[in-house]
Amino acid sequence: MDEHKLDGNAAAGVLAEIFTFEITTARSTCASCGATGEVGAQMAYVSEIGTVVRCAVCDNPLIRVVRQDDGPQRYWLDLKGIEYLQLQERL
Amino acid sequence: MADAPRKLTWRIGEVVETSPDTLRTKRLFLDVPGWVGHRAGQHVDVRLTAEDGYQAQRSYSIASAPENGRVELLIERLEDGEVSPYLTDEIRAGDGLELRGPIGGWFAWEAREGGPLFLVAGGSGIAPLMAMIRHRQAAGNDTPVRLLFSSRSYEDIIFREELERLAAEDETLQIAHTLTRSTPPGWEGYARRIDEEMLGEVAFSADERPLTFVCGPTPLVETVATALVGLGHEPARVKTERFGPTGG
Repeated sequence: MDEHKLDGNAAAGVLAEIFTFEITTARSTCASCGATGEVGAQMAYVSEIGTVVRCAVCDNPLIRVVRQDDGPQRYWLDLKGIEYLQLQERL
Repeated sequence: MADAPRKLTWRIGEVVETSPDTLRTKRLFLDVPGWVGHRAGQHVDVRLTAEDGYQAQRSYSIASAPENGRVELLIERLEDGEVSPYLTDEIRAGDGLELRGPIGGWFAWEAREGGPLFLVAGGSGIAPLMAMIRHRQAAGNDTPVRLLFSSRSYEDIIFREELERLAAEDETLQIAHTLTRSTPPGWEGYARRIDEEMLGEVAFSADERPLTFVCGPTPLVETVATALVGLGHEPARVKTERFGPTGG
């Protein structure tokens, strides 16, 4: 599979289709190792199939998102790698 | 004022001007109806649709300052790319281009955030950093900035004339170049890939707590980020944006 390792910022587009808050500056806590940081500072793996954001510390998958493009747009979103996600309005 | 939550939507921008920069790069200037404004460092997604419906999508950093009403994209031509050859060779003023954005608030800088600001670019990774330099200048901000810019050769230095002009008229903007493949006669800059020694010479010291933005090919970004942390910089103040192994 042709998969690109990029910064969490690379997941911003597809996640902005889902979240109205800016996701790359949201803070996530990894459910595996407890590391807390901005989503943009994690690692993103982007392929034709979907996007996986992994913890920059322990590589645990934090966010998995797959988009189905044929027919009405449909998303599968797996957030179980995140203990919690703190979203904040930008002032 | 806070940003109202908004849904990201595809728009048709109009190419109002194209301009060659180096032999391998081209600048596209777009008017985008309904553009909400951006912050320096953000990117757009560009989508091309073939007659048979096949779509190819790529991300491009915005090179223009937010103060400039037009959106400028810097396109590097990749020989086997699906998108970039169209954008460098085919598209003309008056053509429409489907895009959405701005995207990605993490790799962004506003003058009010201060600095000092340390910018490290490899090749076309200069684009989002150029937006920061232009924004700082347009905002009349005097945050000290140092740019370390790696290019293949002198002719490959993107935005070279504008960078020279900006640095000549602003002593708080310092630019160091390194050339990795060939150097012109009398070259006084660096002539190797960026390494820890070079960063130690060019970067602000860790105790000045600079905000650092690094954009370029993955090996450059990883070398720089690792070396800066080794020099004592806080990882959370070193923001990185890698190109993929293929851009497009």
